[in-house]
Amino acid sequence: MARIELRDVRKSYGTVEVIKGIDLDIAHGEFCVFVGPSGCGKSTLLRMISGLELISGGEVVIADKVVNSVPAADRGLAMVFQSYALYPHMSVRQNLSFGLENISTPRAKIAEKVDQVAKMLQIDMLLDRRPKDLSGGQRQRVAIGRAVVREPQVFLFDEPLSNLDAELRVDMRGEITALHRRLENTMIYVTHDQVEAMTMADKIAVLRLGELEQFGRPLDLYNRPRNLFVAGFIGSPKMNFMKGRVAENRSQMLLDTGEALALPETGFTQQPGQLVTLGIRPNHMRAIADGPLAMDVRSVEQLGGESYLYGALKDGTSLTLHLAGQTEMRLGQTIQIAADAAQFHLFDTVSGDSLRTEETQP
Amino acid sequence: MARLVAMLTATRGKGRLHWTDWVSYGYLTLGIFLMFGPVVWLVLSSFKTPNELDRFPPRFLPYAQDTLVVEGFDSPLSLFKVVEGEMAGETVAQIRRAAGRSEVVRPDAPDERIRMPATQLAPIEGVAFATENYTNLFERFNFLQFFWNSTFITVMATLLMLLVNSMAAFALSKYEFRGRLSVLLIVVGTLMIPQTVVLVPLFLIVTELGMFNSLWGVIIPGAATPTGVFLLRQYMITIPDEILDAARMDKASEWKIFWRIIIPLSAPAIAVLAILAIMWRWNDFLWPLIVLTRTENFTLQLALNSFQGELQTDWPSLLAMTVLTLLPIATVFMFLQKYIATGIASTGGK
Repeated sequence: MARIELRDVRKSYGTVEVIKGIDLDIAHGEFCVFVGPSGCGKSTLLRMISGLELISGGEVVIADKVVNSVPAADRGLAMVFQSYALYPHMSVRQNLSFGLENISTPRAKIAEKVDQVAKMLQIDMLLDRRPKDLSGGQRQRVAIGRAVVREPQVFLFDEPLSNLDAELRVDMRGEITALHRRLENTMIYVTHDQVEAMTMADKIAVLRLGELEQFGRPLDLYNRPRNLFVAGFIGSPKMNFMKGRVAENRSQMLLDTGEALALPETGFTQQPGQLVTLGIRPNHMRAIADGPLAMDVRSVEQLGGESYLYGALKDGTSLTLHLAGQTEMRLGQTIQIAADAAQFHLFDTVSGDSLRTEETQP
Repeated sequence: MARLVAMLTATRGKGRLHWTDWVSYGYLTLGIFLMFGPVVWLVLSSFKTPNELDRFPPRFLPYAQDTLVVEGFDSPLSLFKVVEGEMAGETVAQIRRAAGRSEVVRPDAPDERIRMPATQLAPIEGVAFATENYTNLFERFNFLQFFWNSTFITVMATLLMLLVNSMAAFALSKYEFRGRLSVLLIVVGTLMIPQTVVLVPLFLIVTELGMFNSLWGVIIPGAATPTGVFLLRQYMITIPDEILDAARMDKASEWKIFWRIIIPLSAPAIAVLAILAIMWRWNDFLWPLIVLTRTENFTLQLALNSFQGELQTDWPSLLAMTVLTLLPIATVFMFLQKYIATGIASTGGK
């Protein structure tokens, strides 16, 4: 069982604290994605789990053992690096068998395992080539193969797809998910791409500036983001935010534009007069003749099957609108829009925290 | 071969020679003379007899006087052509020469001795290689012993130096530890201290350790060189850390990372250092001269030196041994020279 637990894990370089106390519990067999903007400490956190980076405080627990002082090699993990980090002077076969040689596996066993993994990843015809003779996708497969071949309890992926082109990235995404299903072991995957996170993860950990913003299943994060940052980070295109103030009767929100929106009475803990930010996803808004908000259309994206309208409210707050099918709207037009109140997200503007009531929190 | 010819006959002007062709070919030809002239002269001279070496003005090719075994004389007689007098044009063999007069015989009539002034005789000479210069080295001197000493010192010192330097460079380039920069600065700083300054202390240490008059006394003091450490460190810095991390995840020990990852990846820099080390060690003179005093420990360079006495110099042996000393190093250089250019280029570049 390879359960991974982080207990108040900290990391600082000199006086700069880059990981500010993270608690996380990843169950055995889970595919967990660390996601966040660059510089949020997600790669550092991964390297701390791997043992390549020392921990300044807290505990890393793998399979119920505190491994703070266990060197990387003995933690039973395998890692795929962003730059692949293949050994340039070794053939693909040697790259794959290096790890097995180090744990003194019998030669016949090595050959058998390497062949098996190579076949699984479809690199069996490349075994005698050097990394420099491979394409990016092939190198990526070799890097994954090198991790797979040792049959580790836990896989760590450090932005493995960021060097691939878009099409290949989608393919590899599917393959890694399939690999996870087949191997049924724990995987931790670092990415800055929330689409990757949403499509692959069992659990997502959203990180910002060395702090864990939210940890949970992808759809929970999407449906019930705990704060403004998670709400804005998860989902593409981004959630729309409108600033305003709760009216005296709690059931209305007065936007900064002067317009008013009806708020649901239950579900949120808004107080009269509280400064709030309303979040609403682009696909939960409609262009409708008697809608309460007026928007200037600034740009139209027609994708054929769907369309996106980019516009601004009277005070300049930018909005994105998703429309099914094709649209007749044109630039410069002012349209009335309405939002689906059942899909509202309400946040405190000052703290950024969600005002959703506890019952509906995951 | 066709490419070589094309390379050697390449010109800028088409059809006729551009002035830059004249300049570049002139410059290159001069270069060839400057570089290879002395070597060719050395090789040819090493095949000359002592008499020929003393001759002034010197001649390019080694010549030797023709000789003939004449009936009635034990040793071969040297042949002359008579240039003046009544016998002009005839070939004679000289028996002895004294006070400007020679006693000669006709080869076909050995009984009749003829006396004539030496000025009437011109030696008959042909190109002949005095290979005894070389065979003497093996017969009269213990050339193989010197050769072995030099080879042993060069090989051992180079291996040891590569090992010590690459380990130091690995530590200085890939590990974070307190004082890393200071250590590096000290190492590089020693580059500024000339060897002559530390000669005496070094000698005292070597003597104290009982390595005086031992080949190890030559090998050990040069095992770590600041140049080597610096050169290798600069190269190893360019090896990505992620590869080392990957190896660590692959359960490789640090020692294994050094042997299986760092060493193969620094091969170009190591090759450069190996060539430099081999040349330094093979040509080293001063330090072996100080440490090695017994003839059986002499390196080739010391043996060469010993041919050159205060009163007399054994030029034929000296020249022949010089040629033999040059050969191995030239061979090594020929095979490894491509690494010098590529290695130095990639050590400085990235």
